[in-house]
Amino acid sequence: MEVIVSTLINGLSLGGIYAMIALGYTMVYGIAKMLNFAHGDIIMVGGYTIFVAMAANNPLLAVLAAIIVCVVLGVTIEKVAYRPLRGASPLAVLITAIGVSYLLQSLAQIVFGSAPKMVTVYEFGSVEFLGTTMQVSSLVTLAVTVVVMTVLTLFVKCTRLGRAMIAVSEDRDAAQLMGINVNGIITITFAIGSSLAALAGLFYLLKAPNVSFTMGAMPGIKAFTAAVIGGIGSIPGAMLGGILLGVVESISYKITAIAPYTDAIEFSILILILLVKPTGFLGKKRREKV
Amino acid sequence: MAEYMLETKNLGISFGGLKAAQDVNIRIKKNQLYGLIGPNGAGKTTIFNLLTCIYKPTTGTFYLDGEEMVGLAPHKINQKGIARTFQNIRLFNNMTVVRNVMVGLHNCPEYKCSVLESFLRLPRHFKVEKEMREKAKELLRIFGLEEERNNLACNLPYGKQRKLEIARALATNPKILLLDEPAAGMNPNETEDLAQTIRFIRDNFDMTILLIEHDMRFVSELCDELTVLSFGTVLAQGDTKTVLQDPEVIKAYIGG
Repeated sequence: MEVIVSTLINGLSLGGIYAMIALGYTMVYGIAKMLNFAHGDIIMVGGYTIFVAMAANNPLLAVLAAIIVCVVLGVTIEKVAYRPLRGASPLAVLITAIGVSYLLQSLAQIVFGSAPKMVTVYEFGSVEFLGTTMQVSSLVTLAVTVVVMTVLTLFVKCTRLGRAMIAVSEDRDAAQLMGINVNGIITITFAIGSSLAALAGLFYLLKAPNVSFTMGAMPGIKAFTAAVIGGIGSIPGAMLGGILLGVVESISYKITAIAPYTDAIEFSILILILLVKPTGFLGKKRREKV
Repeated sequence: MAEYMLETKNLGISFGGLKAAQDVNIRIKKNQLYGLIGPNGAGKTTIFNLLTCIYKPTTGTFYLDGEEMVGLAPHKINQKGIARTFQNIRLFNNMTVVRNVMVGLHNCPEYKCSVLESFLRLPRHFKVEKEMREKAKELLRIFGLEEERNNLACNLPYGKQRKLEIARALATNPKILLLDEPAAGMNPNETEDLAQTIRFIRDNFDMTILLIEHDMRFVSELCDELTVLSFGTVLAQGDTKTVLQDPEVIKAYIGG
């Protein structure tokens, strides 16, 4: 029983991190119609920002700095690398995104070196919960995830700006002829995605206190997997996919206790789900009128 | 206030060697119902794309209420007061009918509410959202769509989708409305109904309307003035009756 509870909570908090990253992928895909493969590396930049800012020994300040740096970076990448390619073939944008990803990794490697850096943001300690010892950081991650997702869902569903976002994702040309500034909406989307990536970076450091220049790669790919499983372009889908993937990872780690196996299991699940439901769980089917 | 609500001067565009439109001069007075007709491929929709700055003209320019528009971004064009519908309907299909209209109200100053106010869910957020919804409902009522406001746009029958597109365009509070084949695919009853609605909009919103249409009866009933395009150039222009009796126009339409 205790094992089940702790595995589940670990899985949920890990899933929360994946979901937060997946939201960045899915929102950018839904609105800008591109896969931003540099998204995972924003997490890494967030991680290094926290590492540097922790010199001041103020966790809150460090988190704030990470969010600001990531938002500025995300918006700048969009302006410099992706905006000139608006209207170009999707493959050109995809390759550019992969290029940006490697650029960020290489820059981080040049500046901070290849060896991982230790960073302890905050010691939350542990607590007895339903008969097992729980890391408080896992519970914090879980709680913040729930709050962030609720706010984001309400934002998209119930506000003027959120409505404009959906309109742009449905039909960009029609939206701009209704007076919606499409570039502005895309900028806001990147800003939201990047700030979530910064938060994800923080929670990652709470789980494993190492920053390295490749730290964003694997979570990035897993979150992308989560977004696809949930149905890319769908916000609740990203949440569902992220949580599901986190729980699966946690359970399979408990059973096999070997990390590479958990990755194999996760990506096998992706393949299985895509075989049965190519659009993911909550993905929209495109109806073709004949 | 300028003499003409919309005025194009030698407007033209070439794609490679193809002159899709050339030397088009159209002058539309305020509150006029103006028709743009011509055989398939004559360049009518091209003109609409020029007027909404989707295309950049190779020659000439155009003015809205005396102000030059060429070079503005499409969303700015809409904010200046040009709204349009599309030949192949382009609604936000997976949004409800009322939300489609609310997107049209996006830039309406009364309904602006800062992101912070929305995030903190302050009373103003709810008040503004409610007012916006009411305004959208009011517009839907004109088009007889109020009952279907909570249906998804893609589930509406064809004729109603066309009407919803006009309602959405009208929501952006334009000075001129560009309608691209509003009666396409409608049966005679629906067409008659639509003609009445268009007249109603002109009279009650003090609107200037430019429409593209193939249905000659519809055009002759509705429009005060016409421009006939053929192969990208103006074939005839003037008041509806005269233009429709012009032998050149009849020839272009019927062939010969």
